[in-house]
Amino acid sequence: MPLQQTMRYESERDRAFADWVESITGGENVKGCIQCGLCSATCPLSIYMDYTPRRLVNLARAGFKDEVLSSFTIWLCASCYACRAECPKQIKVTDIMYALKRRAIREGSYPRRFPIPILAKEFSRMIRGFGRTPETFLVADLFLRTNWLRFLDMIGLGLNLLRTGRMSFVPESIQGRDQLRRILDSVDGESAKEERAVKEAA
Amino acid sequence: MNYLYYPGCSLKGTGRAYDESLKAVCRALGITLSEVPDWNCCGATAYMSVEETRAHALAARNLSLADAAAADKGLKRDIIAPCSACYLVLAKTLHALDEQIETRVLVERALKAGGLDMPKAGLQVRHPLDVLVNDVGLAAISAKVKSPLKGLKLAPYYGCQLVRPYAAFDDQAHPVTMDRLMAASGAECVDFPLKTRCCGGSLTGTVPDAGLRLAYIILKEAKKRGAHAVVTVCPLCQFNLDGYQDKIAAEFEEVAMPVLYFTQVLGLALGLSERELGIQRGIVPAEPALAGRR
Ligand code: SF4
Ligand code: SF4
Repeated sequence: MPLQQTMRYESERDRAFADWVESITGGENVKGCIQCGLCSATCPLSIYMDYTPRRLVNLARAGFKDEVLSSFTIWLCASCYACRAECPKQIKVTDIMYALKRRAIREGSYPRRFPIPILAKEFSRMIRGFGRTPETFLVADLFLRTNWLRFLDMIGLGLNLLRTGRMSFVPESIQGRDQLRRILDSVDGESAKEERAVKEAA
Repeated sequence: MNYLYYPGCSLKGTGRAYDESLKAVCRALGITLSEVPDWNCCGATAYMSVEETRAHALAARNLSLADAAAADKGLKRDIIAPCSACYLVLAKTLHALDEQIETRVLVERALKAGGLDMPKAGLQVRHPLDVLVNDVGLAAISAKVKSPLKGLKLAPYYGCQLVRPYAAFDDQAHPVTMDRLMAASGAECVDFPLKTRCCGGSLTGTVPDAGLRLAYIILKEAKKRGAHAVVTVCPLCQFNLDGYQDKIAAEFEEVAMPVLYFTQVLGLALGLSERELGIQRGIVPAEPALAGRR
């Protein structure tokens, strides 16, 4: 068996990534984390994570970019805010998880076995198109795109929703679709400008 | 009493019974709900995972429309948002507009591009639980209870995003508002330590190995504690706990636990009919647990 490095040298850190983590919404006081582990203890998803929330916070602030962005942890986070409520240093762990998800989507570095990034993108596509998101559509669409077998698996649930009158057939749509698109495009325009400025500065 | 009403996508689809029962209860208690005109999806947890400022702009359109409607009709500037995800997202954007200057500038510009104004200070996002207990009051509600639900044992389940991190009307780990409201309805709440533990959220659909177990843990505990039903405040929790019981039975064990909205229980106590309150929309039928209780 080839030997594998199980720890990292400090020189392998990505300092720019560490600086970025400190600059994101929620990352302001990440240096103040005392590694107490209360976040991991309270997190209902810890048991499935490759890095517990405590370890993830530590890796992120130290700049171990690849480990963090390709971790399962960020995709298992259900945004339940339990960690944030427990943290003695008021670190916004949930917001850090959100920022890492966005970065991982942008860099395309998420583990392929999780359909969540696809769901997230599908979701924004629906909002752009209709302004509203009927969940039943979204779920069906997602499974058709990712996994046919899973779609068949969901048919029982679909029939139950049908029987109880909870299924929607036509996606609801808002009047102000153009207005909504103008609003979203305005934000996109600004962030594109910003990204160019960052690149030029670098 | 007049409030703005932001139902959100779930209440128009799988959470229809929540919309029906909330409106029926409000009618019975003399509360008028004015739906925010042409509201759009709040973005839930998914949109925040794609783009931060865009997520705030999306939510801000709703806040702006709500504020304009309130000014137009002379309504109280409180938006009732029954879905926990909507409640959290709208509150989060209000906080961000207040605290993050950069976000505020970008969102203001974006709203302007859509011909809308920034929501003005003082606009509030409220949950119906908060409004019923703190604005209407338990005494006024108790006075209108016609058929208390004698002997009905409930597991009060609040889920995560209602109480964390913004709600100031109740405790983040051990909330009691719904327990008190259920007591006013004549039902009994069992001691339920998993009140605010996550139901699995969208993971139940996307990563079922992890999500299903979270939902099962809550249902199993409710059963162990002798509850006849779980009572919830959120359409996503209701969907997870009610809709996946077939799969939970296949994977773990059969729990057969009905999952009601708190507005349905309250509505029954106020003497409204099961039909009006959407009781028949439960995938696990609640009728047997309710039979003969009022
Ligand atoms: S609870 Fe807060 S301080 Fe403790 S390890 Fe987690 S993030 Fe760090
Ligand atoms: S918000 Fe995410 S990381 Fe924090 S406790 Fe909940 S699931 Fe775990």
